[in-house]
Order: sequence, then structure tokens, then C-alpha cells
Amino acid sequence: MARLKPTDTPTGRQTALWTLLWLALAALVLWIVFPSTYRWHWDAFWQYKNLFFRGFLTMLGISLVAMVLSVLVGFSLMLGGRAPWIPLRVAATGYVTLMRGTPLLVVLLLGYYGVVSPLNLCSALVAGTALLALFEAAYLAEIFRGALESISASQREAARAVGFNLIQTYRFVLIPQAVRRTLPGVAGELVSLVKSSSLLSVLGIEEVTQVTRLLNSRNYTALEGFIPLALAYLAVTLPLTWWANRLERRFAYET
Amino acid sequence: MRLEAREVVKVLGKTRALDGASFSTGDQQKVVTLLGPSGGGKSTLLRVLGCLLVADEGDVMVDGAHLPHEEKEALQVRRGNGFVFQGYNLFPHLSALENVALPLREVHGWTQEKARMRALEMLERLGLADHHTKRPAQLSGGQQQRAAIARALAPKPSLLLLDEPTSALDPVMTGEVLDVVSELADVGQQIVLATHEVSFARKVSDWVIFLAQGKVIESRPATDFFANPESQPARDYLAGLGRYR
Ligand SMILES: Nc1ncnc2c1ncn2[C@@H]1O[C@H](COP(=O)(O)OP(=O)(O)O)[C@@H](O)[C@H]1O
Ligand SMILES: [Mg+2]
Repeated sequence: MARLKPTDTPTGRQTALWTLLWLALAALVLWIVFPSTYRWHWDAFWQYKNLFFRGFLTMLGISLVAMVLSVLVGFSLMLGGRAPWIPLRVAATGYVTLMRGTPLLVVLLLGYYGVVSPLNLCSALVAGTALLALFEAAYLAEIFRGALESISASQREAARAVGFNLIQTYRFVLIPQAVRRTLPGVAGELVSLVKSSSLLSVLGIEEVTQVTRLLNSRNYTALEGFIPLALAYLAVTLPLTWWANRLERRFAYET
Repeated sequence: MRLEAREVVKVLGKTRALDGASFSTGDQQKVVTLLGPSGGGKSTLLRVLGCLLVADEGDVMVDGAHLPHEEKEALQVRRGNGFVFQGYNLFPHLSALENVALPLREVHGWTQEKARMRALEMLERLGLADHHTKRPAQLSGGQQQRAAIARALAPKPSLLLLDEPTSALDPVMTGEVLDVVSELADVGQQIVLATHEVSFARKVSDWVIFLAQGKVIESRPATDFFANPESQPARDYLAGLGRYR
């Protein structure tokens, strides 16, 4: 196999192959280290595969809804942060700074037990999904802002020169170019959102992490639950990561 | 056209890019050229004349009409002008055709079909008939500038403003673009040109405005200016450029 320079990117197939290889190796290590001291109870866990699968679907649902919401809110926050009206601008940038400086776990606990639960606003599932989206939105807003600001002043001037007003400038020049530059970063942020959704277990929401913990404690198992749990997340995050890498390579050629 | 400015001030950042510039050209000038050392204020004056920037102080008139100080009205005047800059004016995410057609549709309200036909016609006129599906990155520097000229000319602007359209190009491409400009001048397009190509300016200009440090030092018919520059800065400038060409 040809030696790669640090700047070369391996092909998608190479990456996939090596990822699988490393996973297999990790499994082998577990297998060798544990047999003498650990009694496997796969059957106990297998019994509850439907519950586990339902948890997996809940996780997927939470992630999908939070993704859509976070992109919408993140985009609005970015626009708000550039608004000509100072109070709005301060509110938007302040929100982004505060959220980015706070751990998601704290946002979830404070948001749910501090606000949503005492006011009886909605279920833990809805609240958790919304809080996750609001949290990720702050990161997305920064990604959008970076992309927009990376578009040079000469493009803005060109837009003004052909007679575009402010809205047309955003619609036809800035946003289409920013979206291209944003996609790889957004895909990466979505991977992080899927992983972060595991923290919703602290609100007792029966997504896949919480389900696994419940099943483990019921059956006195541990790895029989955690290994499938890791695989469940990888099944979602790896395709997203590959997609992000592909986008990155594709847009690298365009400019 | 007739261009006039009285005590125009434009501050950019902390620089007085135009610092009390005043001049008045003769009537019926087809090609007005802005000359002067870098940083003298050519680009700023060109943008003010085209209503891409509004002056902070002072008065600017084009054919006797005062240019507005309000951005909203400035936009309307600007839409009647065409601009070409040094480089990077094309929208990189759009094909050459779409670069020309999009403003026709969205700014000038042309129909899809009419805008497309006009864009094809303009690209063909500028020798880009075979390149209309290409993105700017797939065009040479000279082709990009010709596409930018096609875009600027497509809505039939009353004024075409060119800010050093060749200074990012090699000599061959510079030739391509200057040929286009001189053809436009021949067919009577009104042009305001900022450039360092003095021998070209001598050939096409009707009137010359010489700027340094944000002020207009000379404003005279081109033949007079080149035959007998009055001010020391203009003489130094022409001599300095003449030494190597
Ligand atoms: N966007 C800007 N911000 C701050 N200063 C600027 C800006 N654009 C131009 N200037 C300054 O204004 C002066 C005139 O610039 P310019 O009109 O571009 O001159 P020219 O085109 O003759 O080289 C220069 O000193 C330049 O540094
Ligand atoms: Mg300039």
C-alpha cells in the first residue's frame, strides 16, 4: 500500500476497511482479556432485544428532531448575531457564548429540573430533545457565522455592484456559498449531537443508553449491554462521519 | 457624460480616502480615466461616481443630476450602472451564464427566457460562446474578466465603471481585455476607467482626472494632460511609469 502524506486523505473504502479491522481487533482483545474472569450472559440480554431496539429508535427520533431544530435555531441565532438592532445582536451572541461555555449535562439538569418540570411545561422527552437542540444550535450558529465571514469582502461588493439589495445579497450570494463551506462542519456537529443524546438518560428518558442501563441492572449484566450500545451509536455516527469526510473532499476541489 | 464633484470627502476606516476632491469634466465625454499613484483615491472616487459608495460630505453630479446620499436611492442609481473590478467579481458558485442572467432576472425583472438569451448574446460578443456552462474557477483570468464585463454590460448600463480591470492579469490577457474596452469605447459606451495602463489610457481617454492623496490634482482633456502634465506629481507619475514601458 502506498504511504500517505499527512495531507492526503485515504479513500472512503480504505477508511471503512480499517475501521472494521480496528473494531474486530478491539473485540478480540475483549475476548482474550475477559473469558476467565467474566461470565457472559448474552441470552439474558438477547431476551430484551425488542426493548433495546425500541430505545435505539427513540435515540434516532430524538436525534433527527433535534438535528432539524438545531439547524433552524442555529441559523436564526447566526442571523440574530448580525442584526442591525443592537439588543437582538447582544441577545443572540450572549446566548451562543453562554451555551458554549456550559456542559450539556448542566443545561439538561438546569433546564429540566429548574424550568420545565416545576412549570409543568412538557414531558421529559420533549424537553430533553428541545434542550439538546438548543444546545447544539449554539455550536451550529458559530459554524454558520464562520462560513459567512469567510466569504470575502469582494464577493459582497460584487453583489452590491450588480444591484442586489441586502436580502438578495444573502439569498443569491452569501448563503449559497456559505452552505457549501458549512456542510462538512455541520455534518461533524451532527455526529456530536447523536452522541450527546445519550446524556438525555439523566432525565429518565428511555432512549437506548437508559434502556441499556435498566436492562443491565435487571439482568446483572454489563458488557452484554454496553457492547451493543457502542455498536448502536457507531451504526449512526460512522455513516455520518463518512458523509462528512466526503463532503469535505468534494468542496476542497471546488475552490 | 459630464462628471462633477465639489469638495467630496469619503472616510474609509480611519483614512480620508477622498479628502476634498473637486473637479468638473467637459460635456459629452465618452471615456473618463482616473490616474494616479496607488492609494490616491481612484477606486474610492470610481465607487462614489457609480453610487456604490455614497460621499460623506460634498456633492457629486452626473450629467447635472445630484447623486443621492441615501442608500435606498443610491441602489436605484447603482442599478443603472455596470461595474468591473480587479478580480474575484464573478460569483464562484454560478456558471458564467448564470452570473450574467441572474442579475437580469432578479434586479432588472427580465423573464427567464429573455435573460438567458441576452446572457448568451453577451458572452458570445465577448468571445465566451463555448464557455457559458463553466464556473469561474474553470476560466482563465482574462476569460473571467471578459465574463465580468459581459455581466456588467448585459443590462445596458448608462455608465460602465472599470476599476483596474487588468492589474491582476498577465500581458496577454491584459491585451484581450483592453481590446474589449477599446471596442466598447468605439461603439460609444460611456466609460469611467481607473488604470495604471498609461499608454492604453492615452489611446482611449477623452478626459483625465489625476488624483493623489484623496485630492484631484488635475482634471483636463486627455490630449492636453498627456502632452503637457501641469503638476509635478503627474509629471513624476508619468515619468515613473514611462521608464519601464
Ligand atoms: N476599506 C478600506 N478601509 C480603510 N481604508 C481604505 C479602505 N479602502 C481604501 N482605503 C484607503 O483609502 C485610500 C484610498 O484608497 P483607494 O481609493 O483604493 O486608492 P487607489 O485606488 O487610488 O489605489 C488608501 O490610503 C487606502 O489605504
Ligand atoms: Mg484602486
